[in-house]
Amino acid sequence: MIRNDVAITPELVKEHGLKADEYERFVKLIGREPTITELGIVSAMWNEHCSYKSSKIHLRGLPTSAPWVIQGPGENAGVIDIGDGLACIFKMESHNHPSFIEPYQGAATGVGGILRDVFTMGARPIAALNFLRFGEPDHPKTAHLVSGVVAGIGGYGNSFGVPTVGGSVGFDKRYNGNILVNAMAVGLARTDEIWYAKATGVGNPIVYLGSKTGRDGIHGATMASAEFDDASEEKRPTVQVGDPFAEKLLLEACLELMKSGAVIAIQDMGAAGLTSSAVEMGAKGNLGIELDLDKVPCREEGMTAYEMMLSESQERMLMVLKPGMEKQAEAIFHKWGLDFAVIGKTTDTLRFVIKHEGEVKADLPIKELGDEAPVYDRPWVESPRQPVISAESVKAPMSEAEALLKLVGSPDQCSKRWVWEQYDHLILGNTVQTPGGDAAIVRVEDGPKGLALTTDVTPRYCEADPFEGGKQAVAEAWRNITAVGGLPLAITDNLNFASPERPESMGQFVGCLKGIGEACKALDFPVVSGNVSLYNETNGQGILPTPAIGGVGLIDDVTVNASIAFKNEGEAIILIGATAGWLGQSLYLRDVCGREDGAPPPVDLVQEKRNGEFVRQLIRSGQVTTVHDLSDGGIALGLAEMAMAGDVGAEITAMPEGLPLHAFLFGEDQARYLIAVDEDVAADILYEAGAIGIPAVTLGLTGGDALILPGQRAISVKQLKAAHESWLPAYMTGKS
Amino acid sequence: MKSAVIVFPGSNREGDVLRALKSAGSQAEKVWHAETELPKGTDLVVLPGGFSYGDYLRCGAIAGRATVMDAVRAHAARGGLVLGICNGFQILCESGLLPGILMRNANLKFICHRQFLRVERNDTAFTKAYAKGQAIDVCVAHGEGNYTADEETLKRLEGEGLVAFRYSDAQGHITQDANRNGSMNSIAGIYSDKLNVLGMMPHPENLIEDLVGGTDGRGLFESLVSSFARAA
Repeated sequence: MIRNDVAITPELVKEHGLKADEYERFVKLIGREPTITELGIVSAMWNEHCSYKSSKIHLRGLPTSAPWVIQGPGENAGVIDIGDGLACIFKMESHNHPSFIEPYQGAATGVGGILRDVFTMGARPIAALNFLRFGEPDHPKTAHLVSGVVAGIGGYGNSFGVPTVGGSVGFDKRYNGNILVNAMAVGLARTDEIWYAKATGVGNPIVYLGSKTGRDGIHGATMASAEFDDASEEKRPTVQVGDPFAEKLLLEACLELMKSGAVIAIQDMGAAGLTSSAVEMGAKGNLGIELDLDKVPCREEGMTAYEMMLSESQERMLMVLKPGMEKQAEAIFHKWGLDFAVIGKTTDTLRFVIKHEGEVKADLPIKELGDEAPVYDRPWVESPRQPVISAESVKAPMSEAEALLKLVGSPDQCSKRWVWEQYDHLILGNTVQTPGGDAAIVRVEDGPKGLALTTDVTPRYCEADPFEGGKQAVAEAWRNITAVGGLPLAITDNLNFASPERPESMGQFVGCLKGIGEACKALDFPVVSGNVSLYNETNGQGILPTPAIGGVGLIDDVTVNASIAFKNEGEAIILIGATAGWLGQSLYLRDVCGREDGAPPPVDLVQEKRNGEFVRQLIRSGQVTTVHDLSDGGIALGLAEMAMAGDVGAEITAMPEGLPLHAFLFGEDQARYLIAVDEDVAADILYEAGAIGIPAVTLGLTGGDALILPGQRAISVKQLKAAHESWLPAYMTGKS
Repeated sequence: MKSAVIVFPGSNREGDVLRALKSAGSQAEKVWHAETELPKGTDLVVLPGGFSYGDYLRCGAIAGRATVMDAVRAHAARGGLVLGICNGFQILCESGLLPGILMRNANLKFICHRQFLRVERNDTAFTKAYAKGQAIDVCVAHGEGNYTADEETLKRLEGEGLVAFRYSDAQGHITQDANRNGSMNSIAGIYSDKLNVLGMMPHPENLIEDLVGGTDGRGLFESLVSSFARAA
């Protein structure tokens, strides 16, 4: 009989983030009052972060399969086949709450966690990306958070040795009390050398690997499943501390061990540490797990079973080894100076048994810990429809040239060089396109293949119309990859939303997910991994709905690609796609007119696919090497970015018919691209596009050292760059 | 030519430099830090970039005292060639093979960007393929690259022509803007007295192909290989 020396009071249950009915459910399941260790275990397994209890039923609607998908959601990361016997393994995950409390370590361990997810499956990480949202620049905490998060991402990734090649950084007052730090990792493995979490065989040794266990991060996953209030800084002790050096050793040791043939199953200890990793391995393999905590390498003395089971100390792994291979495995780990301990075994009882100091501290049904977690169909309400704003009804408060200068130097659109220069984006020598373009490109080994990678979403669209916003997020990631010549293959989604217990924010979640699902289906762009982060709110103020999309695409010949930079003078600039001058929810409306209203641009997925395929074919056939997809800031911002990247100006002569100039230049209609191409080739392209009904029009010519918009004063590229490059460094040094 | 690339726990650019060496025509293999000897016939020892031992004590301090470093010091004493890049440069300073130290960057941040270097002399085994005064386009990626030495050392380095590279603009002009980590005299790399040991912060090994930014880094590896082709 299991001894129970701590009375489980309603207060204790509440402190563990369990609702009274959830606790009742658990008591009924085990048929007695739990021990404190068992309460800790169930609180870790049944919180939102680990159980997906509010999101599960809605996630089921997402398309997750395609002929090239090897592993969809449910493992440590998603796996796709990229040919030649190679697989790309990738995932994105949030570390929002820890990063708000302790930005450096929060962001660093976010990177560490996602890298571990990828190499746990046998992949060597080849690229990292991120998606960051901070509060408004004037908020007293913002600069400090930017500084810490960026340093933390760099500090971990640079030391680990993975190039951080892309990302997104933005600011909005809605993130004042709850920033977003989403990290994505991309790895490479052979398709016949992929490792899973499913344990097999009874009596096989369970091995603990990596760093020692300390008291850090206890209840991290529970924290990630609760709203914030003013006292949340007191939660600093629940933030883990990262050690990229240990992680690098763990990577090398794990890959070496996998090659040795000793591994049956492997699971990293992420959220809810030892608890979640052990339960997952057992439950997936229909096996029981018995652990003897006296054998766990500890950093501190006197740790209790409760603490060990809930610690989120970083850089740790759990493996099931083939019996008899322990010595060989131990030698590899000792070579790398890492801890190695056999701490338990698989059993046929389907029980999760924890022993410590000669006593049973927990004895729970292992499958039910996962399968019987509560599932909620939470009430939700549809977001109110926003009116469509006609282009004619928006008056231009300043000239188009002034508006463009304002936008290129705005916090959201300015150059993020200050950020990505702190990330080693060149290590491994395979970075074909560095940060600053539509998508990053990394070469796969020695080529000829390459991967196109991006992270994107437009949160203001998602709030105004969750369904269209969800569609747009996927469409834009797809477009980013297409614009560099990649064939979009799959996505990972990081669903950042406010409290699911408020019907309005639950409605945003449901709407965005429907939109994401629809776009993924239409664009053959399935979801293979992801993460749900709810309760992103402070004192009842929720964040903007932010389903960040991490996209991966394949380039067959990485030497054939496109970038945004104008490369030559005298080239024709062609706009692909239809322009209606959609200003609702545009950057122009927000940052130039000071209005945040209207419906966002609708996404026509048929057009999206048709226009994108046309552009991709132009790149792949070698006809076009200068392409930029259009999104925030429309044509004008697109042109400015192309001019700045190439140090070549342009003169736009095409005047819109029946549209105000500012709507033509700054409207954010979807499914559009700008390309620049030799004038001789331009005629062919216009003809080809016309023949298949794709809108294509020549806007003007590249050349000179200024960007000249129709009827506007010339803005020198130098002046554009000065505005573009200056805001962030000035802001971060307190000079803006 | 036969190269040995030393791998410490935490090294992370060993693969990059192996690729550069092989592509220039050198044989190259990895050597684990716990080894007591270099592979027989080693012509060049490379200490690659990374964060050896996490750079936890001081960059390169622990690696500078690793077992294999005795063999590297003996190799250098025999006149053998040693190249330390980034963390490798820090290790060379910590192991006593080169003078001075790499302090934290002037802005106290890790910086990764493309960077021009002026080749100060082209009569060494490392730089024959370049012209004297040529500006080469490579990259940097470091948090502690701010070269610092006492006045006397600096005077000696300058007086004896032991400065290998300086941070410059695209035309080879030495400017304050080009010296982003704040190194004394814009020093990006230095030689030992006998010109057989080179330590440099920038990464020539990442600029060896047009596809990934350019080929200006190739010259260094080609110089090394050609030195041996002639010697052989």
